[in-house]
Amino acid sequence: MSTSVVLIAGCAIVTAAIKSAGPVVLGGRELPARFLGVVSLLAPALLAALVVTQALADGKNLAVGEETAGVVAGGLVAWRTGSIIGCVVVAAVLTAALRAF
Amino acid sequence: MTATDASPRTRFREGLRLGVPFAVAGFLVAVSFGVVARDVGLSSVAAIAMSMIVYAGSAQFAAIAILGAGGGVAAAVGAAALMNSRFLPMGVALAPSLRGRAPWRAAQGQAVVDASWALAARGDGTFDRWLLFGSSAVQYVTWTTGTVIGALGGGALGDTDKLGLDAIYPAFFAGLLIAEARSGRARGAAAIGALIALVLVPFAPAGVPVLAASLAALIGLSQRAQAEAEEARA
Repeated sequence: MSTSVVLIAGCAIVTAAIKSAGPVVLGGRELPARFLGVVSLLAPALLAALVVTQALADGKNLAVGEETAGVVAGGLVAWRTGSIIGCVVVAAVLTAALRAF
Repeated sequence: MTATDASPRTRFREGLRLGVPFAVAGFLVAVSFGVVARDVGLSSVAAIAMSMIVYAGSAQFAAIAILGAGGGVAAAVGAAALMNSRFLPMGVALAPSLRGRAPWRAAQGQAVVDASWALAARGDGTFDRWLLFGSSAVQYVTWTTGTVIGALGGGALGDTDKLGLDAIYPAFFAGLLIAEARSGRARGAAAIGALIALVLVPFAPAGVPVLAASLAALIGLSQRAQAEAEEARA
């Protein structure tokens, strides 16, 4: 039990600290335009990194799997139709279908 | 995204609505978390408490994977911290959009999870905080209830990977990226960020590749990017 308590408390504290840092240090005031110029690019940079690490990495190996095909198909749907829901559904269904065979 | 002058209540409701697909996906992922947590020796109560208190999916999986592999608690917490390190740049990006005193801003910052943060981004460097809160609230409810079900008897569901759930989050991020990365500088930051992450995957601990990808945003310091950002805001 004590291992669980330390694990949960430790994870909770580091997570809260990481999430608090930016808002505490930089929040509640106007920041220079140069800063916003960089911040507006954080979203595309982080989103792209999340996509490739989740779709192409299996632990420390780069690998193309069923989910890679699903994500590519979902991306095509988003690009052609603009539908995020369609994108997600196609990705999951294709991935599940490829795994069923 | 839209209608920034709408009332907080309306924005919160919009966040709830937009958060539903991710709440559904998160529910199923949480069921598998509950199952895996029991497998590595956590009690049901501990697994559920972890989801309620930590509320960070990838970090929770990373921590229990280390425990399952025979690692110590310190290593498990370290892995969770690295996995969550991406919330540092996300929090920095969100900071100017939060109001109130420091403790209140810190509390609001806890609402950041990937899907909510991405949904709340307006694309000009500002964020819709009420939409963020709404989207995270609905995801929190299903994350904890999913863990309860998984921890108490989710083994009956079998292998949730068969459902293709692991494709949902990357597909969602890809969809948002395609919808929002219209400017040349945004596409450039995306390409560089993806490249940094891919190059680091084989060498760096889990979590570091995504954190390092935030460096790609520094191309926003170039004069041309500043001019484009200026136009986007005008």
